[in-house]
Amino acid sequence: MTRLIVVRLLQLPLILAAIFAITFTLAWVVPGNPLENDDGRRPPPEVIEAMKRQYNLDSPASFLSGYLSGLAQGDLGPSLIYRDQTVGDIIASGLPVSATLGAAALAFAFVFGTLAGVVGSLFPRTPLDLSSSIVSLIGISLPSFVTGSVMLAVFAGLLGWLPPGGWRDSPAQVILPAITLGFIPAAYVARLVRLGLADVMRSDYVRTAIAKGRSRHGALFGHALKVALLPVLSFLGPAAASAMTGSFVVEKIFNIPGLGEYFVAAARDKDQFLILGIVLVYSTMLVVFNIVVDATYAFVDPRIRVG
Amino acid sequence: MTTAAPPVSDAPAAAADPRKSVVRALMPRSLGGRIGLALLVLIALPCVVTLPWALQNYDAQELTAERSEAAPSAAFPMGTDRLGRSLLYRCLMGGVISLGVGVSAAAIAVCIGTAWGMTAGFMGGRIDSVMMRIVDVLYGLPYILLVVLMNVAFRPFIEAALTATMGAAVAGSIANVLTLLLAIGAVSWLTMARVVRGQALSLANQPFVEAARCLGVPTPRILLRHVLPNLTGPIIVYATLTVPQAILQESFLSFLGIGIQAPVPSWGNLASQGTEQLVTFIVAPSNMKWWLLVFPCLLLSMTLLGLNLLGDDLRDRLDPRANRGGEND
Repeated sequence: MTRLIVVRLLQLPLILAAIFAITFTLAWVVPGNPLENDDGRRPPPEVIEAMKRQYNLDSPASFLSGYLSGLAQGDLGPSLIYRDQTVGDIIASGLPVSATLGAAALAFAFVFGTLAGVVGSLFPRTPLDLSSSIVSLIGISLPSFVTGSVMLAVFAGLLGWLPPGGWRDSPAQVILPAITLGFIPAAYVARLVRLGLADVMRSDYVRTAIAKGRSRHGALFGHALKVALLPVLSFLGPAAASAMTGSFVVEKIFNIPGLGEYFVAAARDKDQFLILGIVLVYSTMLVVFNIVVDATYAFVDPRIRVG
Repeated sequence: MTTAAPPVSDAPAAAADPRKSVVRALMPRSLGGRIGLALLVLIALPCVVTLPWALQNYDAQELTAERSEAAPSAAFPMGTDRLGRSLLYRCLMGGVISLGVGVSAAAIAVCIGTAWGMTAGFMGGRIDSVMMRIVDVLYGLPYILLVVLMNVAFRPFIEAALTATMGAAVAGSIANVLTLLLAIGAVSWLTMARVVRGQALSLANQPFVEAARCLGVPTPRILLRHVLPNLTGPIIVYATLTVPQAILQESFLSFLGIGIQAPVPSWGNLASQGTEQLVTFIVAPSNMKWWLLVFPCLLLSMTLLGLNLLGDDLRDRLDPRANRGGEND
């Protein structure tokens, strides 16, 4: 298991370098940047000249060498659209918000999804099973702006139980967006658990346990659930990275100051520094979560060895 | 979607027509699948059927201030939007665009994914691992960034090409839709490639492929005539499940203001305009123009639900990787 983690950690810089190379190419092949906007948002010419000189924006090669030497010192560079902030500032202020929201959403998804899956599988072919699969199907089919809107209208508007949005005022503000963001992953978790349990409950060792007098419930919780949760683990890895780097839609609906808005703005206005910075953060998280998932996998299931 | 089309048979000997049996094989068997198909027919068919009428009347939509945001009535079953246009009309046209973007983007994704996965799986060895590492790396990139960057990259070329062939007024809108579907298609093929690659890998060692190789059949021909037909099951299944994904992405992008741009309607941007009503709802529920939010969201969700139900039905029957029968489903 140690070997697995070491191998994966050694691969980490390679994967990140590949991702960086692709993003860099994309950011330079696609024409235009915020300094070349043709409308009123463009800074005055002398500022442009100064910025171009300072940040080596004249050629990809000089940009790359400048960026990499900055990166070595932990400097992600300035933002070309949010000119009073550096990319480091933006990430430092947005990432904790998005990460908290994402963690809350995933916790909801895991608990709720597992619960729905277990209930469905404990009482197969009953209204309970049916309703749990219908809810998860609806979860997969509804765009998050629809679920978000409905939640906002019902719980914040109609019932007035929860605050409609914002972030720093009260902890209750995290509930609605977390449920909205966690709804789709919850639906996937529920399906994975339901299908996994159906599979595992038919396996020989569970049959043996039941034959030896274990109750169906006991076999499910004591033996089957552990194995059925394995696919959930591998689903949660990538889901965690995307949830924690901010869901643009949910942050927009609930007016949350996370990374999502910057992400969209960076791509739309082609702020090369911001694009590279956010992609690096996102990819690092994705790869790290995948390593964590693999390590947990190997820990939970000793049959798995690094391939 | 494709299953909704009536069997294309011009010969009376329909029983012997292989195309008819394909259609029959694709018809949903489970209750869920039938509901899905019914939903799709109910929603998609009106959108598509009314398209000629909608295009003809596109310029004739009256913009009337006094009819702005009128509640649903006999003349306007879904009410009107801020500019006094019939929301029913906007939803029908938006449906064609959303479905069109979804289906074409999925088609692009299926082509790239199948070609990529089939080549990787069949070739095996070093080619396979290089090709699949590329897929892994692309998985590591946030899709929204790719979509937006590709959108920006493709746009000028497509717009230039279109302006040359048609008027500049229409070219902008059409280029918008075309680039969006290209961009979504170009980033959605990764899962498809993985699924197809897994299947192709196991097919590559089957005796019939060995036999074909021994007979000296060239590799492209083996791929097309022997491997591809055996991949139809998973391809159809994942194609059906890619369509709702693509529609969803279109709606997200439109919601964020980087997808389909007004005045062209899509369910995504109609719903996104509708969400503005939420603010009104919280401040003063009685002033809410609920129809602006409810109808586009309902149509979008029901379509996605229908496609997912249909995809699940197909997956249970056609995908060899899916659960092996038993107590559920």
